[in-house]
Amino acid sequence: MTSYALFLGCTIPARQPHYEISARKSLAELGIELIDLAGMTCCGPAPVQSIDLETSLSVAAYNITLAEEAGLNIVTLCTGCFESLAMTNTMLKKNKLLKEKVNRILSNAGREFKGNVEVRHYMQVLINDVGLHQLKKCVSKSLAGLKVASFSGCHALRPSGLLKLDDPERPHIFDDLIEALGAKSVWYRNKLKCCGGLLRGYADDVALAIAREKIVNTTKASADCIATLCPFCFLTLDMGQILMKSAYHEEHSMPILHYSELLSLSLGMNPRELALDFHKIKVDKVLDKLGYVQSVSTTT
Amino acid sequence: MAGMEKEELTNLQFSKEIKEHMGGETITSCYQCGTCASSCPVAKITERFNPRNVIRLALLGDRKKVLLGDAIWLCSSCYNCQERCPQEVEITDIIYVLRNISMKEGNMPNIYSEFAAGLLKEGRIVPMSKFLEKKRSDIGLPPLKPADVYSLRKILAATGFDKILQRKEEKVSL
Repeated sequence: MTSYALFLGCTIPARQPHYEISARKSLAELGIELIDLAGMTCCGPAPVQSIDLETSLSVAAYNITLAEEAGLNIVTLCTGCFESLAMTNTMLKKNKLLKEKVNRILSNAGREFKGNVEVRHYMQVLINDVGLHQLKKCVSKSLAGLKVASFSGCHALRPSGLLKLDDPERPHIFDDLIEALGAKSVWYRNKLKCCGGLLRGYADDVALAIAREKIVNTTKASADCIATLCPFCFLTLDMGQILMKSAYHEEHSMPILHYSELLSLSLGMNPRELALDFHKIKVDKVLDKLGYVQSVSTTT
Repeated sequence: MAGMEKEELTNLQFSKEIKEHMGGETITSCYQCGTCASSCPVAKITERFNPRNVIRLALLGDRKKVLLGDAIWLCSSCYNCQERCPQEVEITDIIYVLRNISMKEGNMPNIYSEFAAGLLKEGRIVPMSKFLEKKRSDIGLPPLKPADVYSLRKILAATGFDKILQRKEEKVSL
């Protein structure tokens, strides 16, 4: 069994228990042990980088030291957390002066960054530790017939020089993982383009206009749902469709599912165990297509 | 002539200031080709933001327009421009630098003060919902391990993060 320190971040426990439960259940089923460490805080993501880069690096490094102490590599479910922790980890390992500077800051809290663990997105854990071959073997309820529009989120891919997860212009890992479950990953216009999520709160209208494009483009491609890997993209696209009603007088009903939810379903888990009622946009269409008779999700 | 030279020196001063910050080092490599603007998801939607123009204004030394303007807050941090820049200008990172400088001078959009306050108070930029914390066991989730806010605050004091928020508050009360 492979063990990781689970870095949950802020948004998942605060807003998306359906993401957390499906990720915990499916990873456990695939032989990945997730260990919850005490003391972890916010990762120091883009909004903190915007305020002060040095703070962002120090906060991220502080969290990494907790995993170092436990002797565990980190796995993240949130693409934002992945970017901030992986970027910091790479930068501090590469740059001795920067590491010394951050360690002077961390010493105030009695911590030291050593640089002896790795930070991984759970997509990497699935592809490297479990492997596509094994994953396919574990699928007991194939998602055959389901057309999925993949959207990994920007910070899984970019800045690619520091994250090194996949090709930033022609990524395929996420699509491979979707197809391993039996579903079809469909092409849609501007697939790699941002969801606009980070502009929410400063320019809501601009953020919503960017999110709308993704909903329109995936609808045109006849996708049954969009698969996400990031709670922020999820929020922007799921809640966003509710906001589009009043902003554009448009009715959209594109189900947004976290990859871990699709994975859990394909491993044969009962949809009722997956807290799907936390979705703003009903996922019934997807469940119907997969042959579940009863409606298990409600709109809020 | 003397006036022009002086103006040029003032202009250069701003790019020099940016280059001294981590992430700002590459700004002077920009030759204004516009690959960034054509890769930008925000520039396609609104005229309020154009990454090429932000870099241009910064290079021309228009410190006030850049730091007090609306544009630097409209980057969605997607890094598309930075990936594609033929001159390897780290555009997204430069925008972070510009935001850092502007915030140090007390210009903090409200959403950022909310994030900062959450970080200082709870160690989380998105506050934990009491409702969901109680509901965790019903859903089958283990109890949430508490954040070490005490250690975090020591780090935030050492980087001066708490002071940045104070500066904004002072500016608002003026």
